[in-house]
Amino acid sequence: MVSLYPHHIPVTTFQRVLLGIGSSVAALQDPYRHDMVAVCGETTASSALEHMKKKMENNATGTRILKEKPRISSSSVDLKVLRGLPPNTLGRQYVDMLNKYQITPDSRLPVKFVDDPEHAYVLQRYREIHDFNHLLLEQPTNLRGEVAVKWFEAIQTTLPMCWLAAIGGLARLSKKRRKLILQRDLLWVIPAAKEAKFFMNIYFEERLQDDLDDIREELGIQIPKSRN
Amino acid sequence: MFLLNRGKAIVLSCASISQASYYTTAKRLDENYTHFGYKTVKTEEKAGRVLDVFSSVASKYDMMNDVMSGGLHRLWKDRMIQKLNPDNKAVLLDCAGGTGDIAFRFVNYVERQHSQFTDHPNVTVCDINNDILEVGKSRALERGVSLNWVCSNAEELPFPDQSFTCYTIAFGIRNCTNISKVLQEAYRVLRPGGRFVCLEFSHVSNPILSKIYDTYSFQVIPVMGEVIAGDWNSYQYLVESIRKFPAADEFKQMISNVGFKVVAYEPLTFGTCAIHSGFRLK
Repeated sequence: MVSLYPHHIPVTTFQRVLLGIGSSVAALQDPYRHDMVAVCGETTASSALEHMKKKMENNATGTRILKEKPRISSSSVDLKVLRGLPPNTLGRQYVDMLNKYQITPDSRLPVKFVDDPEHAYVLQRYREIHDFNHLLLEQPTNLRGEVAVKWFEAIQTTLPMCWLAAIGGLARLSKKRRKLILQRDLLWVIPAAKEAKFFMNIYFEERLQDDLDDIREELGIQIPKSRN
Repeated sequence: MFLLNRGKAIVLSCASISQASYYTTAKRLDENYTHFGYKTVKTEEKAGRVLDVFSSVASKYDMMNDVMSGGLHRLWKDRMIQKLNPDNKAVLLDCAGGTGDIAFRFVNYVERQHSQFTDHPNVTVCDINNDILEVGKSRALERGVSLNWVCSNAEELPFPDQSFTCYTIAFGIRNCTNISKVLQEAYRVLRPGGRFVCLEFSHVSNPILSKIYDTYSFQVIPVMGEVIAGDWNSYQYLVESIRKFPAADEFKQMISNVGFKVVAYEPLTFGTCAIHSGFRLK
């Protein structure tokens, strides 16, 4: 078994099963084990990744992303430049969000247990653009916001880990918040996910100077005006 | 992880490693290269890589030991001290002993079998890795035991000749780049009449059991390492380094070669590990 990309750890079927079980138990016991959530996702992803890859191959920008394999990190995205952009641009909103929640573009774990390098890139890309989905859907990074984004991603990607997080997250919310999210956010997020274009086909690095509303319109995401 | 990020190492193709080669003895390609698990690396790089392995496992070290061995490592270490049978005049150097497992057992054994130490126990714990030493130091504090802690490579000890009456090394010698050098240093720092005792993984002789052991080692342990410690690569290295270590008879010969006498070994748990012992007579 040969390592096919940086961080790749080839595993046997037996190991994959054990990893899947072990990581899901560990993730359930301690949801702050982000590495276990990541590993669980990697061991369950395979057919969804093929589905995602096909959706990208059927789109011109998606094909280009698959070919160029851009990575989002603090060295590929110039945060200083973004800070100087007008307020409703994707880039400015992104850097504001990073500051507000004290997160960095480098916090996404590398994919290790996916054997196909193309699939591994697709999963890595999904991890790295997750933050942009929060912006597109105007969702905070608290539990409620995460659940809403996960529903959107689950419907668009079909990744089992997204579904687990979407439904599991819903279960973990307080009764009040769960009611709120079911009667308000998910009412528009779910149809939006079904009708909108595939979010993985946006070359986010090239759109940082664009207005967020323009990008939403292009994707077909409509955020209801009155949400309170 | 660290294994894949080091640019200069030459890596043997892992695809060619089959089940049969699990028992190959350590092969040195030439003077400048040595083994690091199943990888071949520049000799001078091995020490640095071993350091990285244990820095990353320091915090989950004990839990993984218990889970991997099903708690057996405690019995193995107990047997090691029982075999050493120290009294309150013993002066111990425990190498690669950072978390203090052997040192504390030594102190307990002497205090139980003989009277209290007159001063504080004459125990020096030595390890190449500072992180692990810090873990040991904090444990000693908790127990109210006063020991000496030294950060050093076992191949080049900072102690004068003939400083100790006992030298122990438990599950550490297989990680050393030059085992003979470690043995030579052990001989040098022991007084005449002093005893060398080494607890280390060995080779399971029974073919059926060894197949089960191999499957367990290669299929289960790295997965445990990933799930419990978030560190697949360090435990992959661990199970590979066990296979690369010389078999019990060969290791016995190496110990004799540096001058130790009355060299013998005791296999434990079907050969999973073995305690080797030798005396410096003059």
